[in-house]
Amino acid sequence: MAKLDSKIPAGPLADKWRRHKTEIKLVNPANKRKYEIIVVGAGLAGASASATLAELGYKVKNFVFHDSPRRAHSIAAQGGINAAKNYQNDGDSVHRLFYDTLKGGDYRSREANVHRLAEVSVNIIDQCVAQGVPFAREYGGLLANRSFGGAQVSRTFYARGQTGQQLLLGAYSALSRMIAAGGVEQHTNSEMLDLVVVDGHAKGIIVRNLITGEIERYAADAVILATGGYGNVFNLSTYARGSNVTASWRAYKRGACFANPCYTQIHPTCIPVTGDYQSKLTLMSESLRNDGRIWAPKNKADRLKPPASIPEADRDYYLERMYPSFGNLAPRDIASRAAKRVCDEGRGVGETGLGVYLDFADAINRLGEPVVRERYGNLFDIYHEITAESAYQQPMRIFPAVHYTMGGLWVDYNLMSNVPGLFVLGEANFSDHGANRLGASALMQGLADGYFVIPYTIGDYLAGQKPGARPSVDAPEFKAAAENIRAMTERFLQIKGKETVSHYHKRLGKILWEHCGMARTRASLEQALKLIPALRDEFWANVTVPGSAATLNQSLEQAGRVADFFELGELLCLDALTREESCGGHFREEYQYPDGECKRDDEKFAHVAAWEFQGAGKPPLRNIEPLNYEFTKMSVRNYK
Amino acid sequence: MVAETNSNTISITLRVWRQAGPDAPGKFVDYPAANLSTHMSFLEMLDVVNDGLTLKGEEPIAFAHDCREGICGTCSCTINGKAHGPGHGVATCQIYMRAFRDGEVIVVEPFRAKAFPLVKDLVVDRSAFDRIIQAGGFISVRTGAAPDANSIPVPKTDADLAMDAAACIGCGACVAACKNASAMLFVAAKVSQLGLLPQGQPERDSRVLAMVNTMDALGFGSCTNQYECSAACPKTISHDFIARLNRDYLKASVRSAFKPVSSAAGGSG
Repeated sequence: MAKLDSKIPAGPLADKWRRHKTEIKLVNPANKRKYEIIVVGAGLAGASASATLAELGYKVKNFVFHDSPRRAHSIAAQGGINAAKNYQNDGDSVHRLFYDTLKGGDYRSREANVHRLAEVSVNIIDQCVAQGVPFAREYGGLLANRSFGGAQVSRTFYARGQTGQQLLLGAYSALSRMIAAGGVEQHTNSEMLDLVVVDGHAKGIIVRNLITGEIERYAADAVILATGGYGNVFNLSTYARGSNVTASWRAYKRGACFANPCYTQIHPTCIPVTGDYQSKLTLMSESLRNDGRIWAPKNKADRLKPPASIPEADRDYYLERMYPSFGNLAPRDIASRAAKRVCDEGRGVGETGLGVYLDFADAINRLGEPVVRERYGNLFDIYHEITAESAYQQPMRIFPAVHYTMGGLWVDYNLMSNVPGLFVLGEANFSDHGANRLGASALMQGLADGYFVIPYTIGDYLAGQKPGARPSVDAPEFKAAAENIRAMTERFLQIKGKETVSHYHKRLGKILWEHCGMARTRASLEQALKLIPALRDEFWANVTVPGSAATLNQSLEQAGRVADFFELGELLCLDALTREESCGGHFREEYQYPDGECKRDDEKFAHVAAWEFQGAGKPPLRNIEPLNYEFTKMSVRNYK
Repeated sequence: MVAETNSNTISITLRVWRQAGPDAPGKFVDYPAANLSTHMSFLEMLDVVNDGLTLKGEEPIAFAHDCREGICGTCSCTINGKAHGPGHGVATCQIYMRAFRDGEVIVVEPFRAKAFPLVKDLVVDRSAFDRIIQAGGFISVRTGAAPDANSIPVPKTDADLAMDAAACIGCGACVAACKNASAMLFVAAKVSQLGLLPQGQPERDSRVLAMVNTMDALGFGSCTNQYECSAACPKTISHDFIARLNRDYLKASVRSAFKPVSSAAGGSG
């Protein structure tokens, strides 16, 4: 059984991080260059960590599967980044940001971690501005802010609709500077396929060079994973096509615990699926719900009729009907589930029947088209580009989609997993967002972990490791791991079955979406736990991966990722089945209040479930880390 | 721009550049693709064609892609002779099949440039862009050494212009569209973004000199002011930034020739 010591420092909440920083061990400057650190991933967390650790003098090797460290999916975040600067003088504070984030997470995150996140949020903005990130400004030259969900203050900094891109390019520029200075050795087109554990400590990785097919071994004194979330287990999501769980999953199979995999976030307003060929879902900003009205036809027979021909009396403005006080601005999870219910009843619109209308006709009548264009013009343009429909003339069709995962590898307060020497940052870890993440908090966490947490906490581990004591890549553990990966690669090529990898990914995604998506029940989860292993067996018997292992082979890359999604998908459903409560993004239909709100069970489930691999074919072990709230009272989330 | 079709499905012939590796000979190969929904994206059409090839036991077409929403800069096809294909201000992943006619032959090639060597089929190596950024496309600020963000006011007009330049996604379409395979728009965008901001001033001269020299050394061509680059740019970055780059480069060259340098410069403290 894994030892889960959260290592939360003692003392008052607001002093914990400050005190911890003064008490943890340091590595002296002359010794830093004797330590090598592997960082996998170059999104916000990985790039910021790589740059900062190199600045401190550590020798860093950064690995990305992309062709450049500038491509990670952090780049697609639009809205903004939260920080408790209180530049608006509207009463914001570190404590308020802490509280909003904790409450937004439905009281399933760690108090101490969330407070630290709020504390360092202010440093992030300073750092990014100094790097030349072109944040939006007021006419006086000072930084502008906007409001976001789940907060009553204006604390979100933004760079048009491209905040993620600008923050990532800032971190990429810092990384580039350190590559040029020799502090970071950059490996592109390099996919991590295994973690190497020597004497119980993470000491290296096995990588496949995606261009040459070479299986390479790299040793280090510590390994950092910053490899993002696992939302593509659902196949269709707002994630990039390449986003995957492989690095995290292979670490799980080497002993790292996977925490709360069932905490997945589904965004209510995305452009719906149009056909079986679909590869990607695109987000339409939640802000549209300020002026748009959501509806579906009352009668199934009307679902394919032109919306304008459906009289008012035959339309069901279901959010306004079911949630009269919040109406179209009902919280994300409620709005998502309501749309699903309408479509399950056969009233969904569009060719696939998986869509509802978001209608601006009333807003255009009330405000005039120019005002609507000024507020939402860019979003209407994106919508037109994808659907060839004008939202000025007919309602948008929208449907919920997977877009973030709160679960991830378990880490302690130092961001170290239960495998010593293995650290996990950003969306890949589990610690800060509980069961639901607030808007504009993902960017904050990625950069907090990379710029301001890991540079301190990794020293505490390295100070206990003798400089220069890392193993050689010729150690038996490295050879065995590399051999394993080579064999797995060969196995894919030998199956020579009758279906493509994407065929199985689609079917797996469908099982998860239908049985473990927006609403989950005991029956649906038990069903999924039968369907997934059966489909996985079929995949391993009947998939076909063309080409060779000695060249760029995108089918082979995809096969490995989908194989891992099969295993993770099963764990996700098992976690959802075991957590007999509803909280945040995890909604079990059996556990809800009459108004459809999540019904938590703090007596039984105020804990982190950290799953531990027990070997192939054996059920994983469910470890528990209790969430002890010292300073905040767990209460029912209420935004009414 | 090709007129959009209204029919729900079209059939096309895909004429794709196939090349197994940088040293292998390449050639165009035709693949028929029938009954494609016009709602399908161009890359989804390639997915469908690839699934068909896979099931026939042939190697699928290698192509670069990731976010599929026009922001990561990974996708990189030249479609019917245009970098990122028909459409204005969009990347390949934002092209939909409704932009093509039923029965059309669609020619798909990789981005071609000396500085972007071919990897396989439609995939090219654009790491030269990373090396240009490493030469100076940054502001040297250590983590933790930054002053309070609002202690550096930036006029809104400068910040907005810097943001226009910063929108570059590093896809390389500007290079592929240029008859000289010049990277001037890419370099101009980064030099302008940082040069417009007060934070970027201390390294302004050294940055522009280093980036331009690296660009030249990597085999990118010269700019002859045809502006195909901004026409192909998925973020419609203006060629005005190239003029700004030229001014910065000239000023920096003159200043660096005459600037007095401290005799203690470069020593460690």
